Amino acid sequence: MDYQLIWVLLIAFSVFAYVTLDGFDLGIGILFPFERKSENRGKMMNSIAPIWDGNETWLVLGGGGLYATFPAAYSLLMTAFYIPVIIMLLALVFRGVAFEFRFKSRNHTNHWDVAFATGSILAAAMQGAMLGAFIEGINIKDGHFIGGAFDWISPFSVFCATAVVVGYALLGAGWLIMKCDGPLQGKLRAIAKPAVIWMAANLGVVSLMTTYLNPAYGERWFSTPNIYYLAPIPIVTVGLMFWLWHAVKRREKTVFGITLSVFFLSYLGFGITLFPHIVPPVISFRDAASPDNSLSFMLVGAAILLPIILGYTAYAYYVFRGKIDDAGYH
Amino acid sequence: MLDPDILARVQFAFTMAFHIIFPSLTIGLASFLLVLEAMWLRTGNDTYLSLYKFWIKIFALAFGMGVVSGIVMSYQFGTNWGPFSKLSGPVIGPLMAYEVLTAFFLEAGFLGVMLFGLNKVGPKLHITATAMVAIGTLFSAFWILSANSWMQTPAGYAIETGRIVVENWFDVIFNPSFPYRLVHMVLAAYLTTAFVVAGVGAWHLLRNRENNAARIMFSMALWLITIFAPLQIIAGDMHGLNTLEHQPAKVAAMEGHFETTKGGTPLILFGWPDMAAGETKYAVEIPYLGSIILTHTLDGEIRGLNEFAPEDRPNAPILFWSFRIMVGLGTLMLLVAAGSLWARYRKTLFDCKWLHRFALIMGPSGFIAILAGWITTEVGRQPWVIYGIMRTADAGSPISPVAIAGSLAAFFVAYTIVFGVGTAYILRAMRQDPRHAHIDPHEIYRADHANVVDHIDTSKH
Repeated sequence: MDYQLIWVLLIAFSVFAYVTLDGFDLGIGILFPFERKSENRGKMMNSIAPIWDGNETWLVLGGGGLYATFPAAYSLLMTAFYIPVIIMLLALVFRGVAFEFRFKSRNHTNHWDVAFATGSILAAAMQGAMLGAFIEGINIKDGHFIGGAFDWISPFSVFCATAVVVGYALLGAGWLIMKCDGPLQGKLRAIAKPAVIWMAANLGVVSLMTTYLNPAYGERWFSTPNIYYLAPIPIVTVGLMFWLWHAVKRREKTVFGITLSVFFLSYLGFGITLFPHIVPPVISFRDAASPDNSLSFMLVGAAILLPIILGYTAYAYYVFRGKIDDAGYH
Repeated sequence: MLDPDILARVQFAFTMAFHIIFPSLTIGLASFLLVLEAMWLRTGNDTYLSLYKFWIKIFALAFGMGVVSGIVMSYQFGTNWGPFSKLSGPVIGPLMAYEVLTAFFLEAGFLGVMLFGLNKVGPKLHITATAMVAIGTLFSAFWILSANSWMQTPAGYAIETGRIVVENWFDVIFNPSFPYRLVHMVLAAYLTTAFVVAGVGAWHLLRNRENNAARIMFSMALWLITIFAPLQIIAGDMHGLNTLEHQPAKVAAMEGHFETTKGGTPLILFGWPDMAAGETKYAVEIPYLGSIILTHTLDGEIRGLNEFAPEDRPNAPILFWSFRIMVGLGTLMLLVAAGSLWARYRKTLFDCKWLHRFALIMGPSGFIAILAGWITTEVGRQPWVIYGIMRTADAGSPISPVAIAGSLAAFFVAYTIVFGVGTAYILRAMRQDPRHAHIDPHEIYRADHANVVDHIDTSKH
């Protein structure tokens, strides 16, 4: 069995699960500045209070899993992204404790709202910046990082940072349109509309710029026969964005679903562009992998446990399904 | 100038020290909550439910802080210890991956139901969720201590072309120090929690000795202390024997022994280990007791620190004193246990003010003992990051000292704010009368969405 390939796909799956699940969590924090009413903010936060921890666990699986399966890549990436990783972690600390602290605080609810929003925005922005810097490539010589501490900042990475913030905000808005009703839902629709256009523009710019950053990336997409096989991805994405534009006005559940699909296709495109590089532009996942007996040992556990995890995670979502109601507000 | 290795170690120690406090409490509290809920369902006594509600608020705060400080840990291996990660990934990585898969997801998946789901799923499913969270905390302890122990006593591996390749996973997981460390740590977590619960109970009893909820928690906590404090001393002794076998330099530093002795070794109670002079100054000794404790004989050989190359010696003054702090607190814990038995015999457990005050002062003792014990074992592992395989000096990422100093300062400021405020909220929650498990207006709002409120609380308002 090709354990290396299986594991690179499993790690990619964890990262995708993280991006979408914590994406809408972070999106709710990103949307906080647009909703001033404390009770509505409370509702927004409560819609994810029972599940956010599970969503963030995928980040730990992504990090811990990368450490276990591709330790050379983990070591290089964390070193190259030292500053954005630390900022992201601190941002996640502030937004994570806000879930508890906001409701425990008597006089400083607003402080923790600010912590929640700022933490969410910063964490999303750092993830976007790392995505951009990752696509641009890491400065490596003989298997060692030889770049500077601020290499991750570039016009492209800054653009990617804003793109991820907007994308997460849209995911969060989609989730909330599904979970809320009344004036709050209307307000979220109003916020989501320009976000759809902004996200469409971001996707177009990032996709095109990526193909120009590295001739190999462009080659992957535009050479024949690849272009015939891969063309459906951008075409379907464009179609979804049009559908999203209409859904935002009147649909309740489809907004979230379509946004997830757009994320999936973008992520697929990202994977196709970079494969087989786990530390672009030179290190392939095969160069960075742990020995097969480590990979097979973990695969046994993952094969048994991941379906169970998905099962009880689905159960938790099922328990807290439906609209957040405020009937009990005294 | 700033030494990047030292800065990275300080940062790791700082973030780890903050992190370890929360799991120590949540491991114990999750099991305590499970017992409380089971007692409530079995007896129908609503005081148990009030206690459940009282402690689950504290649990939620501590758990939240444990999660966020734990995520930091899972990335810090890579950010600050790149070469270590690269080397150890194939061995320790899978243990941590199993921790995520068996423990973190289990806890996170059922935490929402545990915190907010009582009225949504009913008591049977709810207690299942509580049990899953409690089991998750123990699974987590299992895997992380296995990984930690492997760094202390590596086994089941071979080194091939500069890489560690595992030969036997059973030997890796159940490496020589793991069973001892696991038992010692889980007992420590339970004891730590029991002292927190006993301290809170004592505080409420000092205000009102008729408070039945305070009585129940105080009595339950003291039973646990009475059983576990002596057990912990036995477990610690066995762990010590194991350490003497596998890491004799660590034990020599802990005991302040510089010269090798072949029998009749004294126990140095206090003194100042002077590494430069190669002797423990101002030593207050008890003859023969060192041999008895360390080898369980009168004539066992105990190797002194001077027998190890200077570059292989851990820092003796730190180890000597951190170990004594831990042992001293353990002895005081045993005294609390004895005091409680005496008070129970006299039927004055709930009236005995000195015992209540003693328990109150000892409330945070478990945390201090855990930190002291952790310092002992980790500083004792130095100068190795993986004992005998990789030196700490070779383990650090090539990050500029300025960047590490910056991140260290940021962690310091952020953790002081976040965990300072969190501790304040926990203390405030502890001050509320457990009989009412009072819920403030914000809580009602949140609770009614999430259904924490139940008939008991609403009837009290």
